[in-house]
Amino acid sequence: MSWIDKVRNGIPFLPKRQAEDQLWHKCKKCDAMVFLREWEGNAHVCPRCDFHDRIGVKERFELLFDDGKWEELPSPEVREDPLKFRDTKKYTDRMKQARAKTQRKDALINAKGKIDGRPVVVGVQDFAFMGGSMGIAVGAAVVAGLRAAIEAKRPYILFTAAGGARMQEGILSLMQMPKTTVALQEMKDAGLPYIVVLTDPTTGGVTASYAMLGDVQIAEPGALIGFAGQRVIEQTIREKLPEGFQRAEYLLEHGMIDMVVHRHALKEKLAGLVGYLTGNKDAA
Amino acid sequence: MMSYLDFERPIAELEARVAELRETANGGKIDVGQEVHRLEVKARKLLRDTYAKLTPWQKAQVARHPERPHFKEYVAGIAEDFMPLAGDRAFADDHAIIGGLARIDGRKVMLMGHEKGNDTASRLKHNFGMAKPEGYRKAIRLMELADRFGLPVVSLVDTPGAFPGVQAEERGQAEAIARATEKCLELGVPMVATIVGEGGSGGAVAIAAANKVLMFEHAIYSVISPEGCASILWRTADKASDAAEAMRITARHLEELKVIDRVVKEPLGGAHRAPDKAIDTLKSAIVEELDGLSSLSRDELIAQRRAKYLAIS
Repeated sequence: MSWIDKVRNGIPFLPKRQAEDQLWHKCKKCDAMVFLREWEGNAHVCPRCDFHDRIGVKERFELLFDDGKWEELPSPEVREDPLKFRDTKKYTDRMKQARAKTQRKDALINAKGKIDGRPVVVGVQDFAFMGGSMGIAVGAAVVAGLRAAIEAKRPYILFTAAGGARMQEGILSLMQMPKTTVALQEMKDAGLPYIVVLTDPTTGGVTASYAMLGDVQIAEPGALIGFAGQRVIEQTIREKLPEGFQRAEYLLEHGMIDMVVHRHALKEKLAGLVGYLTGNKDAA
Repeated sequence: MMSYLDFERPIAELEARVAELRETANGGKIDVGQEVHRLEVKARKLLRDTYAKLTPWQKAQVARHPERPHFKEYVAGIAEDFMPLAGDRAFADDHAIIGGLARIDGRKVMLMGHEKGNDTASRLKHNFGMAKPEGYRKAIRLMELADRFGLPVVSLVDTPGAFPGVQAEERGQAEAIARATEKCLELGVPMVATIVGEGGSGGAVAIAAANKVLMFEHAIYSVISPEGCASILWRTADKASDAAEAMRITARHLEELKVIDRVVKEPLGGAHRAPDKAIDTLKSAIVEELDGLSSLSRDELIAQRRAKYLAIS
């Protein structure tokens, strides 16, 4: 935006002028220029090549919940920066930045609402918040989401997206793997379904814990899903990785997930699943 | 001939001097006794001083020391009997994780852990202690067996991490780790885990979500290797020392953070200097922990584990 547009847009009674790059979205995969509103209206899916781009928490909830209505659950209070971590930057500064950028306290948000009339609790991990990384706050949010589901006797649907564990919380982020697994066992004890929707990207310690422990595993098309990062694997085996490696379709082919579902069909699919898995007489 | 780590060079020089003097004295013509004694005292003091204030990065090097005892040595020293069991019944037998039935001071247990190997051939065979999905699935099988027949599970953790490779991903490395962690947490029998060398990330947790987690004094346990963390956050692996410091990977730090329950002392200069002593100390610690858990019921054991991990925040 030029300085004159900035000044102009800062004046409240003048109609806002948008620069070219705010009107158009360039698809990351096929490079097609798509009218931004069209792309947003299409749930961040490219209308030309069907590339599923990342999507925000609010947009995700809007797509999912009936009548665009949901109740966001409070983020659990947790200890911040337990290790007083500092790399090239202070962890607390990175947190401040992420919070300013996303207007969220941390990377996982839970909400209660209905999908086709069926009450559920939904968690969404936000890649925009420090790569969705799992630290104490994300672990606590997974536990809180599951417990809210148990309390309300509802299924828990979790949309995962994360590079992995949050290094700035060291071993404490690693310990979120067993911690969230304990909460999943409580869910199992309660006889309630836990459905995972793997979105781009889900890797590392997140994949190696709650993201792979769903009763049913769904993935969005093209999502990168794996344990080790591709760079690390390439360095280890010293060769190029096969085409489509660690993508949703690859996992489906190798029996690691149940289905790959287009973002436009997700709500219906989830509603169907919840219908099958709840309200049955002989549930444990 | 013992191999010395970089930071041990002054110690190495002193000890080499002692050895040299001894050799000269073998002729018996010169009395070097006093000088040898003086140098030995000096070397010992230097060793003590160095090891009393090892930095986290130095500890990482001790934890990875090629002569540090590995799973097979621990088994030989801890168990009076060991019957290895193999395979995941689905794909293969992964030699990076070994496990089987064992007797420790008469107590019947399921004993399992990572094996890194001691020379080129065995390191390749054991894939440097980096397990693949079949390794974790074997561990799950063995834990299930232990659970059904009432055998406590004892695990020894020593891995740089789970293996990052195409086939490992193809066969579900992440799922295998997640299920193994889940299995640890479901056990109705006592589980005691010890980080004996490197506790590398998810590949370690998968067999370490136990009722009691012990850790050797110079072992490390972390979410990512110091080199890995440095190359991501500092954009150069040269900052591994800073990353090791920042991540808090040492036994003392992890005890403070309540991630581990007990620090097991190592002989002066690290477990590799006196492996038998280290193994003996570990054996008594494991026996004590097993006995401490033996009175708990199935439900109490599960509840204790759950409460412990839920409390980590």
